[in-house]
Amino acid sequence: MNSSVIVFPGSNCDRDVATALTKLQFKNKMVWHKDNVLPKSDLIVIPGGFSYGDYLRSGAIAAKSNILKEVVKAANSGCLVLGICNGFQILIETGLLQGALLRNKNLKFISKDVHLKIINNNNNFCKKYKKNNIINLNIAHNEGNYFTKKDHLKELEDKDLIAFKYCNKDGLVNESTNPNGSISNIAGILNNKKNILGMMPHPERMVDNLISNSDGVELFTSILN
Amino acid sequence: MKITNDIIESHGLKLEEYSKIKLLLSREPNFLELGIFSAMWNEHCSYKSSKVHLKKLPIKNKNVIQGPGENAGVIDIGDDDAIVFKIESHNHPSFIEPYQGAATGVGGILRDVFTMGARPIALLNSIHFGDPKNKKTKNLLNGVVSGIGGYGNCIGIPTVAGETKFNSTYNENILVNAMAVGLANKKKIFYSKAKGINKPVVYVGSKTGRDGIHGASMASAEFDENTEEKKPTVQVGDPFTEKLLMEACLELMKKDSIISIQDMGAAGLTSSSVEMAHKGNLGIELDLDKVPCREENMSPYEMMLSESQERMLIILEDGKENEAKKIFNKWDLDFVVIGKTTDTKNLSLKYKNKTVATIPIEALSSKAPLYDRKWTKKKLDKKKINLKDLKKIKFDDAFFKIISSPNHSNKKWVTEQFDQMVMGDTIERSGTNAAVVKIHGKEKAIAVTVDSSANYCKSHPLSGGKQIVCESWRNLVAVGAKPIAITNCLNFGNPENPEIMGQFAENILGIKEACEFLDYPVVSGNVSFYNGTNKNNIFPTPVIGGVGLIQNINRIQNHRFKKIDSQIILIGKTFGHLNQSVFINELYNLYDGMPPEVNLLNEKNNGDIILKLINAGNIRSVHDVSAGGIILALAEMSLSSNIGIKINKPKKLYNLFNYFFGEDQSRYLIEVDKNNYPKIEKILKDNNIYFDNIGVTQEEYFELDKVLKINVKELYELNNRWYNNFNGLNS
Repeated sequence: MNSSVIVFPGSNCDRDVATALTKLQFKNKMVWHKDNVLPKSDLIVIPGGFSYGDYLRSGAIAAKSNILKEVVKAANSGCLVLGICNGFQILIETGLLQGALLRNKNLKFISKDVHLKIINNNNNFCKKYKKNNIINLNIAHNEGNYFTKKDHLKELEDKDLIAFKYCNKDGLVNESTNPNGSISNIAGILNNKKNILGMMPHPERMVDNLISNSDGVELFTSILN
Repeated sequence: MKITNDIIESHGLKLEEYSKIKLLLSREPNFLELGIFSAMWNEHCSYKSSKVHLKKLPIKNKNVIQGPGENAGVIDIGDDDAIVFKIESHNHPSFIEPYQGAATGVGGILRDVFTMGARPIALLNSIHFGDPKNKKTKNLLNGVVSGIGGYGNCIGIPTVAGETKFNSTYNENILVNAMAVGLANKKKIFYSKAKGINKPVVYVGSKTGRDGIHGASMASAEFDENTEEKKPTVQVGDPFTEKLLMEACLELMKKDSIISIQDMGAAGLTSSSVEMAHKGNLGIELDLDKVPCREENMSPYEMMLSESQERMLIILEDGKENEAKKIFNKWDLDFVVIGKTTDTKNLSLKYKNKTVATIPIEALSSKAPLYDRKWTKKKLDKKKINLKDLKKIKFDDAFFKIISSPNHSNKKWVTEQFDQMVMGDTIERSGTNAAVVKIHGKEKAIAVTVDSSANYCKSHPLSGGKQIVCESWRNLVAVGAKPIAITNCLNFGNPENPEIMGQFAENILGIKEACEFLDYPVVSGNVSFYNGTNKNNIFPTPVIGGVGLIQNINRIQNHRFKKIDSQIILIGKTFGHLNQSVFINELYNLYDGMPPEVNLLNEKNNGDIILKLINAGNIRSVHDVSAGGIILALAEMSLSSNIGIKINKPKKLYNLFNYFFGEDQSRYLIEVDKNNYPKIEKILKDNNIYFDNIGVTQEEYFELDKVLKINVKELYELNNRWYNNFNGLNS
């Protein structure tokens, strides 16, 4: 399976995602933000980092870059697109996903391992997980506090577009298990066609038991099958 | 402009130093030249008070590729891999402006590492603040922690370890020391030594602004009531540009176009150009009209003394400009040839078609003042703490008070503001003996740690110096690493005071003795003097950054208990030394008497046996015993694993406080399988290692026979209370 990782000035998880993809048997290419052509891809990953220094607003400048026009085209024609952390912020800024990622509720950068509940496993990114599975991934962000309007939240729920919610190790989803203030503990969402996933946690950091754990592996292997 | 005594003094120069300048130039300097001298001759850049002592440190062993004197030290870790590392202080700027001061401290040390051709793979920090009750502390802690995080997180280098300490000695002068560790190919290390005449000198990176002018001179004087006015001397950091600069430099380094490269750190364009010319025994000529400036009408004086961040100077091979320029353009960075190397051995500056300064390079480097300052030996503080003279406290109360004190609370409030996982190779994060980072794509790892013991160093600088080196060594051993080399950041008060100079001189001797004995040389470092305000000097606070190698990533150890019903063994002898201990400091606010003694032979033997046991797979967990003694080490093991303990009282008649809170050195706690115990006992006996079988792990309770019993969860609450409350007040 062919994957492309988009590299912006300031991306800093590009190598990590590429390492994980290669390890899990993707044929991966790195794509520079100034390029006008996307290589043939089954999966496009927009990695974490601080694209363009996160100046103006996280993801705002990256959303206007050359390559993003191509990513939007590909996404609209059904290509799988995964945005992680800054990648999620960029997807929101392009309009491919709706809502907003506000500053963390405690106004601090948060870097820690968190538990997530799989809410929807009926999509190309999560099918290897079981519904309501609890997984443990790392978060590292300043602006991960997902917010959206009431009617959109209802739509997300009705159409089953919430992929992950923050919880504790027993699966409890409430304010005490919400690290950053996200509405309804949302950690990742899908678009209507479920070919685009935006998520704040970093699955690429959890693909090696020696280093952390391997809870992120199934996300990538779901895509493979 | 006529140079008056006032102008000389406002440049931080002594009148006799000014006379020396006139002698070296055989004339009066102009104002620009005076500025350049002040930038190069200040303590921060010239090491004029410390050099005679630093020479004594051991700087070589079979693994050292590059010792002190370059941008960073370089060690060999096998298979063509080299580790490049250094620690540096950013104390003064961080006190004036905590966020930017700390952030640019991180930025500066990262540049030192990637300038040498290494990709940074880990950041560490040692930060010291005043009394938590001091009204400035909260703001400084908040600013420094978010500044360190703000820079490291954005550039995408994991901040993997550190220490955060509080003591009223830092009320008016905090310490912010940052360490960076990078990975390079040992055949592709880049140095600052210029070679060849008429080679293009290239300026790359950010534009030059008016920030940080005289930063290095500011850092070479004590603070006074006008400290606030020094804000403009603090630089402003831009981690995004640094990320671009790093990627561009590393990309260029893959080609064969660089002769030498030097980052513009303290004293900016001045010190980088002088350094390169000095090392190459050449001259350098700069055309200041070509310097990319952020603001209009910047004077040569401002350009030469600005400490704007994220800038580099590169000397290129002939004909490589276009190739190099293409790379910097790709990353949207300035790339301008601003001068050339010459055979005049002068720093020569041109501006608007006029020569505006001509100074012999050696006047700014090898002929800079060097002082063997007066120093006095520290008198032995023979005061012995006698528990009978102190107000009685119950054992469990003492323990609970310490475990919930700011200094010994869980530091996750700090570490969770740092991205510890980016780059995907962090095996052990903050909180255990040492952090462990995998060498990307290989089956080996490095261990890194930063350590300090300011009150030990204050009470007896010689033993203190030995102790911090040993503690660093011990921390690396405790994760299963073979310690290789250190970098040091020597934070002291005013060197013109013979007592302070004495602390420095004796401390160096202590560091030297331990480094020599353990074959643990110093490969890089930094001296920060004048840490104090209005003659109040800080405790001498040398900080040691250690690096070790783990050959087999399947044998990495940590301090988290693994199983219930394991045997807990204490390695090393317990005497019950309480002077200068956490127990006495925290509960009685006393700082009298001698620190614990270090027996280097025991240190080495005990460490070697720990490594042997780890490598044979005989240990479930291991922790070094340091500040706070056995009880705090046990608590850390329990808290990190949520596994309890049941500990017996010592068989011999020790006082419980001495036994459990005493800070005797060279000790470790190990957790082993009970079935393995006879085998391990035999190994320890065969090697003449002193040990005590002190108890077992158990479920739920942290228990000391008939003295203390608490649920580990409750203990966790206590351990997190202070920062939780602190956070509450701030958000």
